[in-house]
Amino acid sequence: MKIFRLPISILMGLFLFGMASASVIAQGSTPPPPDGEVREVTDNEVNSIAREVYCPVCESTPLDVCQTQACADWRDLIRTKLENGETRQDVYDYFAEQYGGRVLATPPREGLNLLLWIMPVAAVIIGGFFFSRFMKNLRMAGGDGKEDEIETVETAVVPPSSSPIPQSDDEYIAQVERELSK
Amino acid sequence: MIENVGYLALIFSMLLAIFSASAAWYGKTNNDERWIKSARNATITIFFLLTLSSTLLIVLILQNNFEIEYVWRVSSIDMPTYLKISALWGGQAGSLLFWSWLLSLFTAAVMYGQWGKQRELIPYALIVISFTQIFFLFISLVVENPFAKLDGIPLDGNGLNPLLRHPGMIIHPPMLYLGFTGFVVPYIFAMAALMAGKLDDSWIRTTRRWTLVAWLFLSLGLILGGRWAYDVLGWGGYWGWDPVENASLIPWLSGTAFLHSVMIQERRNMFKMWNMFLVILTYLLVIYGTFLVRSGVISSVHSFAESAIGPLFFAFIAFMFIFSTYWVNKRKDMLASKDKLDSFLSREAAFLYNNFIFLAILAIVFFFTNFPIVSALFTGEQGFVGPPVYEKALSPLFLVLLLLMGIAPLTMWHRTMIKRIGLAVLWPAIVAALFAVGLYFTKIVTIWSALLGIWIISLSTVLTLFEFYKGTRARMRRDRNPFSAFAYVMAINRRRYGGYWIHLGVLVMAFGIIGIEMFQQETQIHMTVGDSVALGEYELVFQGVERYAGADDLIITEATADVYHKGKLVEVIHPQTLLYTRSGQPMTIPDVRTTFWEDFYVLLVNWEPTSASSATIRIYLNPLVNWVWAGGFIFIFGTMIAAWPDKKEKRLLKRA
Amino acid sequence: MSEEIESTVEKKSFSWGSAAVWAAVISLLALLGFGLMRSTETRPEAGETAPNVELKFFDGYEWEGRGVSSLEEMRGNVVILNFWSSWCVECRVEAKELEMNWKLHEDDGVIYLGIAHVDVEPKSIGYLEEFGITYPNAPDLGGTAAEKYNITGVPETFIIDQEGTIVHVQLGPISTRQLEAVIQSLIK
Repeated sequence: MKIFRLPISILMGLFLFGMASASVIAQGSTPPPPDGEVREVTDNEVNSIAREVYCPVCESTPLDVCQTQACADWRDLIRTKLENGETRQDVYDYFAEQYGGRVLATPPREGLNLLLWIMPVAAVIIGGFFFSRFMKNLRMAGGDGKEDEIETVETAVVPPSSSPIPQSDDEYIAQVERELSK
Repeated sequence: MIENVGYLALIFSMLLAIFSASAAWYGKTNNDERWIKSARNATITIFFLLTLSSTLLIVLILQNNFEIEYVWRVSSIDMPTYLKISALWGGQAGSLLFWSWLLSLFTAAVMYGQWGKQRELIPYALIVISFTQIFFLFISLVVENPFAKLDGIPLDGNGLNPLLRHPGMIIHPPMLYLGFTGFVVPYIFAMAALMAGKLDDSWIRTTRRWTLVAWLFLSLGLILGGRWAYDVLGWGGYWGWDPVENASLIPWLSGTAFLHSVMIQERRNMFKMWNMFLVILTYLLVIYGTFLVRSGVISSVHSFAESAIGPLFFAFIAFMFIFSTYWVNKRKDMLASKDKLDSFLSREAAFLYNNFIFLAILAIVFFFTNFPIVSALFTGEQGFVGPPVYEKALSPLFLVLLLLMGIAPLTMWHRTMIKRIGLAVLWPAIVAALFAVGLYFTKIVTIWSALLGIWIISLSTVLTLFEFYKGTRARMRRDRNPFSAFAYVMAINRRRYGGYWIHLGVLVMAFGIIGIEMFQQETQIHMTVGDSVALGEYELVFQGVERYAGADDLIITEATADVYHKGKLVEVIHPQTLLYTRSGQPMTIPDVRTTFWEDFYVLLVNWEPTSASSATIRIYLNPLVNWVWAGGFIFIFGTMIAAWPDKKEKRLLKRA
Repeated sequence: MSEEIESTVEKKSFSWGSAAVWAAVISLLALLGFGLMRSTETRPEAGETAPNVELKFFDGYEWEGRGVSSLEEMRGNVVILNFWSSWCVECRVEAKELEMNWKLHEDDGVIYLGIAHVDVEPKSIGYLEEFGITYPNAPDLGGTAAEKYNITGVPETFIIDQEGTIVHVQLGPISTRQLEAVIQSLIK
């Protein structure tokens, strides 16, 4: 039992750890714009926001690569908003409010959308619960002791050797040897 | 004339498919071998008829016979011949016919090859596959007739969608279709085994190679699709978690889970039920995905025009789901094997962990892909799930999978001592950690989540390479020459070492994916002649733009720019934008300076005004992206090793 | 999906397992069926009741001082419901004619209601000013009205009679002649 809990907890730990790290990476940062004045906005700033906004009238096309006139207008809108000192988040909020959450690559974390964050974690935890119960049942059913014999039989086939590889560890090498001794 | 013959061949195929299903049924219930034989011959005849039908459609396309609606839709006079041939699967009606043809090809092959070996299963297999064939032929005959005529005769056709005129896109759909239809073979045998109540695992042995080949084509389809997106769509990426892409990834995931867990059944005769479930699930996901993509239920950038096949296809899917679930449920008790696990640390347990993670990934991708419908149901508004959401949810699972990929091969059947694995992992883990730490201190990689990824991937790579080493080393006790020893080891256990090659391919791809996903840089700037822009170690000097007419209805705008690397001129590149005037379809064709370490990927941005002396240029610097393609090659190579016919294995199978 | 996994591996309580599998399969099919029905919905035809449209008007483009549009409140009038967009080329063909026709029938109990379909706000205003449009207009950035009317593109025009029934559906630009033909038959 103990041996089993270890890998599962490691898996879980890694998973949560990974989730946390992934969300850390996702947080980009933009320099705060100076107040009250129109500032120069580069294409790169526009694109870095536009790539997270999907064209509302085409399908699955982010604004930064979309080639239609409408998308060009939206990019201009983003530029204007940045020039007026709005932040990245302001722009996202504007698009989400006006066009609906579906235009954001990462939909707003509210309402039904929360499922997108809950479901993966829930799937792994609930699935993991049933999976570990299933594994335990299988383990209970497994006879103890006699399998060790099988292993000894298998390893016994391998002739002792001075090779640095712990060849008795590998049933495959045993198989190679068996093939060769035929 | 020709079109009538083609259509007639379809009608006869349909009649024969109905006959085949009924004859197999009748022969089975009355225990009359002759009827079953006749049903089999019918399926083989269907193959010849559909071959005729498809050939005639190609002939019509080559003749520029625009009276035929399909030809008018997908072809035009000045399209080159190879494109005209590929137009067979360039539209809905043609690709359905192509699909039927592949299905008939596989049916004929399997009936020819397995006849006599699977006596009890064949009648049921015939019923199931003929039913599938009836469905597809019915669609072709009634809703999407590829031979339907227009009222008048247009002078020229529309031509193939420009986005599809890429070598990758010409072979990408057939690969996917081969993969999709290939899974029908394991499915029908699994269903036949259920229906016949003959639940030993001979069907698994019969279909394992089919599964592997289907999986090979599906993988190839996925990789080619990625390459096509990278070359043609002009967004510097290769995978966008688009519903169309997901539709082929989802069955690939369950297929991969099956290929792993089936080894437990072969070796230990366990988990029959589970494997049965995975095979059936894979095929159901294939048709589910096809439906999702084709019917426009979830519209997407590649979505095909709305068509009337939706309700028909839905009826078919509902039937297949209910039919499959019914039989799995009915035979549940028979399938319950006396599975036991000797240890949580064993090869069979490792395969189960693998399955768990694959299915978790599958469940997440499936849920996200279907989320727009779920959201429409509850909120009235179709939702959207973008790549960042997928990446966040899946990257931890993929990392665990990659770690498992390195460690699992160290386990043994029945049980393994944790100490033994610990010892085997210790040094590779230290080596991999040193590598990651080295990257950190040389300031090449400073993001710690990337370092974690790199550590796991390098650990698994070292462990995988060590497997090759161990095998070769063992053989070298007999054969001093390391090369022949290596080749010998590969040859005597293709499946095992093919598998390791596949793992290696995945690991190389994983390095590439970390590179491009986490370290991609981009810049966009409006330039006039002589301007320069720097990105990474590169500098681009803009030299001008010219516009000229290309072949057919094409207008090409082409920029010229010099690329300097560390101050040295390395390449002159010519990114283009294409405009197909007839369809008004624009395309952005990148030009790329490719090296082992990175791609300097340059686009002429066509939504900005372009004059002879100025243009907007967009540049992506994609580190390690070529590792994705190289990994893909290794992956396919490994799959081919594993799937290659093996004489020794045949002998073993016969003995078993 | 996860239910299916559980039920297959859970052999002891198999009846629950089967129930869960069936529930999962049926609900998946129901979801798919719903999606299919939704995707095959088409725009309301002539003779059907016009779905209500409730949208906040552009500043300066209100109808009788109200802030939010409502077809129900407009009952008793002929309503010309026009979907357009500033990025749409064909809309420019009809824009002037629509405004002229509005001026002509302003006092005949005819209401023009323009809907800027998923547009960029400043551009919409620019478009209205460019064509000198004065009739009521509202932005529909979220596409809610478009969804009710299942439009497949812009421009699309729905002519609604005094009882709130659609009498004419026009895909693509509409001409003064077409407008007159329908309006004359309704206001007599």
